[in-house]
Amino acid sequence: MSDHLFEYLCRMGDNTLVLGHRVSEWCGHAPVLEEDIALANTALDLIGQTTLWLDLAGEVEGAGRDADKLAFHRDVWDFRNLLLVEQPNGDFGQTMMRQFLFDAWHLLQLKALMGSSNAQVAAIAEKSSKEVTYHLERATDTVVGLGDGTEESHNRMQAALDKLWPYVGEMFTSDDVDAAMVDAGIAPDPASLRPAFDALLDDVFTAATLVKPQDDFGHKGGKSGKRHTEHLGHMLTQMQWLQRAYPDATW
Amino acid sequence: MVVEKPTLETVWGWLHAVPDPEIPVISLTDLGIIRDVQWQDDTLEVTVTPTYSGCPATTIINLDIETALRGHGIEKLTLKRQLSPAWTSDWMTDSGRAKLEEYGIAPPQPAGGPQHCPRCKSTDVEKISQFGSTPCKAQWRCTDCLEPFDYFKCI
Repeated sequence: MSDHLFEYLCRMGDNTLVLGHRVSEWCGHAPVLEEDIALANTALDLIGQTTLWLDLAGEVEGAGRDADKLAFHRDVWDFRNLLLVEQPNGDFGQTMMRQFLFDAWHLLQLKALMGSSNAQVAAIAEKSSKEVTYHLERATDTVVGLGDGTEESHNRMQAALDKLWPYVGEMFTSDDVDAAMVDAGIAPDPASLRPAFDALLDDVFTAATLVKPQDDFGHKGGKSGKRHTEHLGHMLTQMQWLQRAYPDATW
Repeated sequence: MVVEKPTLETVWGWLHAVPDPEIPVISLTDLGIIRDVQWQDDTLEVTVTPTYSGCPATTIINLDIETALRGHGIEKLTLKRQLSPAWTSDWMTDSGRAKLEEYGIAPPQPAGGPQHCPRCKSTDVEKISQFGSTPCKAQWRCTDCLEPFDYFKCI
């Protein structure tokens, strides 16, 4: 049981860690100052949530690892994040489309986790859901603004959606870890979040004049750790370089 | 030597004098992040809740609390982090709100936007960005006096 819970907490923490790092790559490069600040703040929230999830994961594991050890001393095959969040930023539109798809799932997930039988999980979810509500609001506004914007911005948003769509399905797949969490009343069945997710996407894409791809093929292997895309390893060389060069260096 | 333990009221008074590191016009108690102060035998236990989970001020706040209390002669001290119930801007005191406005930051409003421009008090204001210079603020602008200003987000 504690193995499954450790896995599950790593999935939550790795999602926010990897996406938080990706979003932080925009710092100093965003199209306008306000967006730069907004992206940096979103990244900060995600990294803060990562600390809560991975510290708890380390506590559950009981092997003396804290959030920093888990973040910086594991390699690709030990990461449990969704494939969606490790995808490269692309242009600003692609970054915001990735953010929207993740936020839409993330908020539903956190709302469900607020009713978790595990009090620590419920507390982290309650804290995070306030921040993620804000992220989703902003991502939605941006997707609608750019989708229903100029011909250029519309085409770029549609291209981003087409490119990222095959990574959506993984959020709703289940395995032994999920089943154990459902049995223990810790977490929801991933598939149970799909109807509300689809309903939100339909509303937003209608307003954004974007068309959801027909094909529901979904890549898998991120949350199980079996097969990450090539991008994660490259990202980790950047994110972890200091701890790789100077193990256990502190501030 | 017998040293008497300061009353909890005295300790709250000390904490009321500790400024927020990022918005020093308001104190930690104005912000509503000190959730509890208790004596556990001869150890003082202070319970703090973070505003935003990634707020970099959190560690500085803990350090400031410790420094202030040690300065008042408290030797045995523990800081406890409490996540639930999650911090809400509703916990900010009225005096905290007034101090924010005077400083030029529009205080949080349940309606989700500033009541008026903190400088000229005009109600003609518009949002520039949902995020601002710290995780707890958004950027707004007054369309009358044209000054941009920070709005303390309502969460």
